[in-house]
Amino acid sequence: MPIQVTNLTHTYSAGSALQSTALHDVSLSIEDGEFVCIVGHTGSGKSTLVQHLNGLLKPTSGRILVDGEDMNGDKVDKKRIRQKVGLVFQYPEYQLFEETVARDIAFGPKNQGLSAEEIDRRVRAAMAHVHLDYDKYAERSPFELSGGQMRRVAIAGVLAMEPRYLILDEPTAGLDPKGRDRILGMIQELHREGRTTVVMVSHSMDDCARLATRMIVMSKGTVLMSDTPRAVFAQADAMREAGLGVPAAAQLCEKLRARGLDLPHDLYTQEELHAHLLRLWKEAAHA
Amino acid sequence: MMKNITLGQYYPVDSWVHRLDPRMKIVLTIALIVGVFMVSSFVGYALVLAFVYLAARMAKIPFRMLVRGVKALRFILILTFLLNLFFNAGTTMLLEWGILKISLEGLDQAIHYSLRLVFLVMGTSLMTLTTSPIALSDGIERLLSPLKVIRFPAHELAMMMSIALRFIPTLMEEADKIMKAQMARGADFESGNIIARAKAMVPLLVPLFVSAFRRAGDLAMAMESRCYHGGENRTRLRVLKITRNDWIAAGVTAALIALIVLEGRFVPDLVTLVQGWLPAEQTASLFFTKGLKL
Repeated sequence: MPIQVTNLTHTYSAGSALQSTALHDVSLSIEDGEFVCIVGHTGSGKSTLVQHLNGLLKPTSGRILVDGEDMNGDKVDKKRIRQKVGLVFQYPEYQLFEETVARDIAFGPKNQGLSAEEIDRRVRAAMAHVHLDYDKYAERSPFELSGGQMRRVAIAGVLAMEPRYLILDEPTAGLDPKGRDRILGMIQELHREGRTTVVMVSHSMDDCARLATRMIVMSKGTVLMSDTPRAVFAQADAMREAGLGVPAAAQLCEKLRARGLDLPHDLYTQEELHAHLLRLWKEAAHA
Repeated sequence: MMKNITLGQYYPVDSWVHRLDPRMKIVLTIALIVGVFMVSSFVGYALVLAFVYLAARMAKIPFRMLVRGVKALRFILILTFLLNLFFNAGTTMLLEWGILKISLEGLDQAIHYSLRLVFLVMGTSLMTLTTSPIALSDGIERLLSPLKVIRFPAHELAMMMSIALRFIPTLMEEADKIMKAQMARGADFESGNIIARAKAMVPLLVPLFVSAFRRAGDLAMAMESRCYHGGENRTRLRVLKITRNDWIAAGVTAALIALIVLEGRFVPDLVTLVQGWLPAEQTASLFFTKGLKL
């Protein structure tokens, strides 16, 4: 059980007038090699949940085990766990601070106390992962890069710690389509290489349908569903009730069905729908 | 810890005091502070306390909020008290212990300065608790506007004040977020000696400054795109107006100050009082020291 959350409850400013419960009795587990997408309406507790996964927030009650180790146990070294569970925040480019790209990416490994050669190796590897040319960018100031490049530097800063679990809180927020595709492609590559388990908070049902091996749907601080994208999107009504929706392809399917086209109920990605419609069209042409 | 500082906080309820004109409240607060510094006996402090207490009651502010504000400053208060107690050259000695000397005049000064501080904090807290930051900077702007004749930037100053106040919570939130993000990369803000800790602040402060400058730029752009061009010809949504209630408040405060002045004339202060009790030959000589010299 790589990451296991049991009966996690989190209350912000407990005991004061502003008390609010963000997570209520949440239990879930994340297995090795998964690509989990967490979705939910604003205020459903997604960000609070992911901040618990690497010990930045302390549970009001409940436990979080990472590789069988209680994260909030007495003798646990949180720094070591944070290295194992890498967390990329929303708009991570706002955390850049160093004079050069390479030094900023080296911040995490340096805090781990690694040797200079190992740090250098990791910086190069992390920059390769986010498709930034080392020779071209390593010595530049992170503040003179474009928004998308800055974000890639920030993600590289977390990758350089070589986490086994990579958690990303809306990594594509505020990027143009090209930047978005690039980031998502990168994350997919990392996952395909097989060494990283990915947890991604997302607002895009299309991305979830395309990338996730499993989806966790949050609503009002609880886990509403936890299943494959296919099974989750089959519950279209429940999704709408949680303030979410279904992928654009599924919406188009619904409209086509209303026009009398006979389409199956399990087409969720653009590619699937495209292939299916093409087949229908060819069949019609033959007949 | 931040929650305990009532100075500068606003307590949003509707009351007679809240509705007073901010200009009048600023002037009366200054008057009250001047009054407190004129007090010479405990009767005077009792009067001020009664005034502050009643004003808090009328403002529907729990008196303990004012007390909490004073509590937050307890170290400064204690320091003021002790410094005045020990380092005041007086003639009537109460206690001598090695280099520590306490004179009657020193004790009197210590009590005065600490009580003045207490009421200074209470008085200003009372003003900020009952006046929203916007009203407050509006009031300051109007009070300072006569100085525009000598090219004093009253409007700009008030605008800077409101913007600064407005961005305190935003920047605190931002600092919290950046801190967490750096902690996720293994940053350690809590351990190490003072130099290590100061160094650890760099990854927090640089992004915070960058974002503050970005926000400032965005805000300037947003203000200009809505035709902001300084205070000239700018009309206001809420026009400040002195009403009968403001004059009543002014009258009550004036009466308090008059009483304080009278009290200074007729009620003897601590030093005169104690010296009056002492046998004549012991005045201006060592008092307790014979028995207490260690």
